Amino acid sequence: MDELTSVFIQESREQLAEMEAGLLRLEQNPDDSNNINGIFRAAHTIKGGAGVVECNFIVSFTHLVENLLDSLRNGELAASGSLATLLLECCDQMGSLLDVLAAGAPAPEAALQARGDALTERLKQFIAEQNPEANAASLAVHDASVEVETSGGGVVITDSWHISVRFGKNVLRGGMDPLSFIRYLSSLGEILGIETVTETMPPAEEMDPESCYMGFEVRLQTRASKADIERVFDFVRDECDLRILPPHSKLADYIKHIQELPEDTMRLGEILVRCGALTQAEVEDGLKLQKTSQDEAHPEDETPAPQLGDLLVDNKVVHKEIVEAAIVKQTQINDNKSKEARLVRVQADKLDQLIDLVGELVIAGASANLLAQKSKNGDLVEATSILSRLVEDIRDSALQLRMVQIGETFTRFNRLVRDVSKELGKDIELSINGAETELDKTVVEKIGDPLMHLVRNSLDHGIEPAALRLERGKPATGHVSLNAFHDSGSIVIQISDDGGGLNKEKIHAKAVERGLIQPTQTLSDAEIVNLIFEPGFSTVDKVSNLSGRGVGMDVVRRNIQALRGAVEVDSVEGEGATFTIRLPLTLAIIDGFLVGVDKASYVIPLDTVVECIELKNLPTDRNFLNLRGEALPFVRLRELFEVEGEPPPRENIVVVQFAGKRAGIVVDVLMGEFQTVIKPLGVMFRHLRGIGGSTILGSGEVALILDVAALVHAVSQNEEHRLLTPPMQHKLTAVQNAR
Amino acid sequence: MANSKRISLSEDLTIYHALDQKQVLLEAISGTSDLELDLSQVSEMDTAGLQLLIMLKKEAQHTGKRVSIVAHSQAVRAVIDFCNMAAEFGDPLVIPAREAS
Repeated sequence: MDELTSVFIQESREQLAEMEAGLLRLEQNPDDSNNINGIFRAAHTIKGGAGVVECNFIVSFTHLVENLLDSLRNGELAASGSLATLLLECCDQMGSLLDVLAAGAPAPEAALQARGDALTERLKQFIAEQNPEANAASLAVHDASVEVETSGGGVVITDSWHISVRFGKNVLRGGMDPLSFIRYLSSLGEILGIETVTETMPPAEEMDPESCYMGFEVRLQTRASKADIERVFDFVRDECDLRILPPHSKLADYIKHIQELPEDTMRLGEILVRCGALTQAEVEDGLKLQKTSQDEAHPEDETPAPQLGDLLVDNKVVHKEIVEAAIVKQTQINDNKSKEARLVRVQADKLDQLIDLVGELVIAGASANLLAQKSKNGDLVEATSILSRLVEDIRDSALQLRMVQIGETFTRFNRLVRDVSKELGKDIELSINGAETELDKTVVEKIGDPLMHLVRNSLDHGIEPAALRLERGKPATGHVSLNAFHDSGSIVIQISDDGGGLNKEKIHAKAVERGLIQPTQTLSDAEIVNLIFEPGFSTVDKVSNLSGRGVGMDVVRRNIQALRGAVEVDSVEGEGATFTIRLPLTLAIIDGFLVGVDKASYVIPLDTVVECIELKNLPTDRNFLNLRGEALPFVRLRELFEVEGEPPPRENIVVVQFAGKRAGIVVDVLMGEFQTVIKPLGVMFRHLRGIGGSTILGSGEVALILDVAALVHAVSQNEEHRLLTPPMQHKLTAVQNAR
Repeated sequence: MANSKRISLSEDLTIYHALDQKQVLLEAISGTSDLELDLSQVSEMDTAGLQLLIMLKKEAQHTGKRVSIVAHSQAVRAVIDFCNMAAEFGDPLVIPAREAS
């Protein structure tokens, strides 16, 4: 695929997303003309682009969509739910067509084509039903592949400027060559058609070869503004008669233009047709209109017939706004252009490569640092510490490059909520908070599916039918909210609904039945609801007769865990449920805290470290201690990983926090901060819990990165069990089993 | 064709020679009913030149004579093409093979 096409596809996808968002807004706000214009522009841009890359099946389909949008824009059609639905389906179709183009296929497959034809039919119906008058007056829309269709008073379907210029007699004597100006126009854009007008030339005897009798009608496709075009003629400005019609001018403007020029009306009409600005039918329509108006207006009056232009203005056929709108559009395009200029599109793998290199740089820097410290050479140590500070900055800004806002992912759910709630016959609104929260691009890409699942789940099973809601004293409109924010080195995404919540008894009963827990086992409420994430809890038919939740929830959890994240659910029965996803900000490089047990080193993500304390004589019989009046459960890494040897007399506790829970990790020595490039563990170790990955130290040794989330969870769960059950099973079962 | 006459212009068809050339062309057409114009030696043509050709064509039409351009130079052809006058003039334009491809 050539570069042009790939750029077109990329931009069109953006336009489509914009169009879709606009259509959703249209439902809320049917009268917002800015919005409708926006939708139209998006469709129009796609059509234009498709024309440039010569992708006819997109052009012909989008053209119809554009027609419909145009009548919507002109107020000939009222926005309605069914219209929005149809247009949204068209959006999807355009997306599929783009896929076809992206795949390099010459034409869409039969099934897709059939769907397109069906949509085309419905579009035509819409245009025909809702708009009988305009339709009668226009050349009826017969064939999608025919470019030129317009209503009598409508916008002429050309997206090019029309430039009409008559050069004054003295231009040649002034040393100017009119042709060179016209030629220069082609530097602004593409000249689609030129007609040379020579009507003013007198018979041969009177003709002065040094006078200029030339005029040109030029059709120019360009993104330049009117001012830019005018500037081309700056040198001859005083000596020429220049008229510029913006793209999508009203037909009437063209007629007016014809009228105002000195040449014979029919001849000029012909010229306009020939250079492709107008169609024959358009000219005839316009001229007929002018003629009848004249006849009707002043059949016997001696006063000269009013100018066509005035008539049209009086009849409100000419809308000044249209012309202005076109000019506004041009400036907007210019604005967009300058905005685009500030953005650089970079291939994702180039960025990945950069991050990889930065990772290597960090490791190499650590190694240099270590050597410098060993050498005890003060200057060298200073130099390397400056170097490592710079490396740290580079690391941060390199990672920043990959940060994207989550908003785009969130807004996709507007459509989902709309479709699903229509499907289910529920009235549900979605609110979005924290759309500007940034996180790593790869995380954003991978979080989409689990999020989709959770949102669907909330819609399907969380929100009750309206009748039940009213019975429960809740507003009939259900509410689902998406929320994102940063919290101690991770990003938190919450999906909450005000639906029925989870039924704990049923979940408990189900879990016992499935053998996930023992009937005698005492579980906290939070533990019970989180059972829905257990594998084996999740086959569809078995869950559907539960209060509903749980379809493929273990898949959701696995996907999130693959991103080093965690998910949990909080539910108050009858009031709703909140799913909370926690994800690390980045997958590549973190600030770590290096600790040692015996000879091995471990890295704790620095963001999770709260404080470090040194304790003598730790109690050995229990796994929690009193920290400033608060019980702090802790785990000895030495025991956990079964490291041989005696602990040193002074042990250190690193207090870590995750998801609001604290725990202590007992280690032998603290070695301080360390920039950690996360290397994934091999496939063999994938199911290892408590270890999140590995990294390479400056000395070349490998250190394991502790998965604080899993550790904290295991530790606090164990303590909870200890308190609830007889003191028999207070081993760190979860973690040990996993090993 | 007895009345056929062929002239060949060698100077550039520009504003600098426009006055003289007008005379040359008008004299040429007055003496014949079928004028053949060889422009293959014209290395430059501007708006004034184009005007002259248009004038000549119009004059011929007016008086029921025939003017045909039988050979175009690259420059002449480019201008006629650019201004979309080829159909108006109705002369066969020879497009060299290497350019057409």
